[in-house]
Amino acid sequence: MAQWWSYRPADLLLFSPRVYWRMFELQNAQMWPLALLTLSAGFAMVFLVIWRPKDHGRWIAIILALLWAIVGYSFVWNRYATINWAMAYVAPMFALQSILLLIVGIASDGLVFTQRGFAGWSGLVLIASALLLYPVLPVFSGTPWRQMQLFGMAPDPTAIGTLGLLVLARGRYLALLFPIPVLWCFITGLTLSAMGSGQAWLALAAVAVVLTTGVRLALLRRSPPNTG
Amino acid sequence: MRIGRRMFLEGALIAGAGVISPSLTTAQPSKPLARQIPSSREAIAAVGLGSWITFNVGDDTALMDECAQVMAAFFAAGGHMIDCSPMYGSSQPVIGYGLEKLGHPKSLFSADKVWTSSGASGPEQIERSRRYWGVPRFDLVQVHNLLSWEAHLKTLIDMRTAGQVRYIGVTTSDGRRHDLLEQIMRTQPLDFVQLSYNVVDREPEQRLLPLAAERGIAVIVNRPFQQGRLIRRLARDDVPEWAAEIGASTWAQFILKYIVSHPAVTVAIPATTSVDHVRENVDAARGVMPDPAMRTRMVSYVQDL
Ligand SMILES: NC(=O)c1ccc[n+]([C@@H]2O[C@H](COP(=O)([O-])OP(=O)(O)OC[C@H]3O[C@@H](n4cnc5c(N)ncnc54)[C@H](OP(=O)(O)O)[C@@H]3O)[C@@H](O)[C@H]2O)c1
Repeated sequence: MAQWWSYRPADLLLFSPRVYWRMFELQNAQMWPLALLTLSAGFAMVFLVIWRPKDHGRWIAIILALLWAIVGYSFVWNRYATINWAMAYVAPMFALQSILLLIVGIASDGLVFTQRGFAGWSGLVLIASALLLYPVLPVFSGTPWRQMQLFGMAPDPTAIGTLGLLVLARGRYLALLFPIPVLWCFITGLTLSAMGSGQAWLALAAVAVVLTTGVRLALLRRSPPNTG
Repeated sequence: MRIGRRMFLEGALIAGAGVISPSLTTAQPSKPLARQIPSSREAIAAVGLGSWITFNVGDDTALMDECAQVMAAFFAAGGHMIDCSPMYGSSQPVIGYGLEKLGHPKSLFSADKVWTSSGASGPEQIERSRRYWGVPRFDLVQVHNLLSWEAHLKTLIDMRTAGQVRYIGVTTSDGRRHDLLEQIMRTQPLDFVQLSYNVVDREPEQRLLPLAAERGIAVIVNRPFQQGRLIRRLARDDVPEWAAEIGASTWAQFILKYIVSHPAVTVAIPATTSVDHVRENVDAARGVMPDPAMRTRMVSYVQDL
């Protein structure tokens, strides 16, 4: 009788909030000025979505694949796994997401970023939180600026920004690209809530936005075309 | 169950705490209270140091240095036992870093665990842990949370016979699996058992602590402060004035004195990130220890809060 039900989520936390937040400080310091580049890559992808130049889908997929590889290796594997052994099993998922992005994005009928309307707004909200809200979270949490989470450096804004972009996309194998970022949002949401951090809700809300958008798109597809 | 005067005295003898008399007693002011490990009569300071969460700081050198400072203060205060596990993230290498930095203090009593569901990979894991600590051999290896305990105990018994480890034991926490623990204590040749016990979680007083005394098994008390929750809860009220009679000036000391004054308890292992706290904790093993009457008073005071 292991009495596993007697464990609370906080019992499974291996590290203190202080050590967790300091990881971002060390990551930003060690990866500077690459952090600026990854953040700029986020904004560049927004412009690609808006202007939709030729091959924009491929470029976005390649950039995202690179960012998932960087975050997976430099943060999840090299840093997070040192304080949370479970991350050694999660880091390969970042590598897998990177490979999936390349395969799905580069394939001839890959990704096009043409969704507008409700999906467009959902994507915009997610991308804006990843690029603009996450870096300023220290203002609300009272943590030092050095500990800000940047897109392409920290996993949470990277996963949420990726979901935002995917919500704007169409593509035959698009569905393959959702599970890993969604799973990450669950993992980080549970971890942050066990740590008593309000930021848990951001990641969980991102999943809710993605699910709502998915359901809405599915319903629209099912309803008969409005021929007037 | 209250500890009767007879059990208190017998336990004091079994645990080797010969310095404790039935009335309020005074240990040497310079050295913390030492208890004897029943299976060897080796003396060990009654307050040790845990490392769950507190020493899991990854490769953050600033925080690794802070951990080394806590360890330095611990040894300087007269502490011996440091407890860890392969489950505690980077705590093992962080302890190794601290020991290296402190020149491998002779007074260290290294207590680690084996924590894997595969009995076959136990020896490999213990060896990896030993390398992280940088010690020639562990003083104590325990089966963590009774995971695959039959296979691991067999390995540990062989290792003890071969002189690769000095003592062996099993652990549990938060009152989990006490029936199985009791069965193992009755049937296996253990030197140590580790469990949670404090002034509010007193269930071990019923059977496990008397059984440990009877079987000559040393007891390590983990989670003395309920991961800090107990101190935070009690801190809403002041430490009673009469606690000065046993030299407890803080709730942490009040709790630790209650724990280590049980005659069957060998070491309590609070974890901390703070140099001040580690000194305060080891200091709890100094000076006057509560006698049975005082222990009863401590329990009812806390219950009434
Ligand atoms: N199954 C097992 O084998 C098992 C299970 C649980 C625990 N253990 C062992 O037992 C050790 C102790 O348990 P634990 O770490 O879970 O919890 P604990 O020792 O009951 O509590 C640790 C907490 O108490 C605080 N604290 C320590 N000294 C203090 C003081 N003098 N005043 C105020 N606060 C103080 C610490 O905060 P600060 O950092 O601020 O001081 C820390 O947050 C573990 O580290 C581990 O080695 C083993």
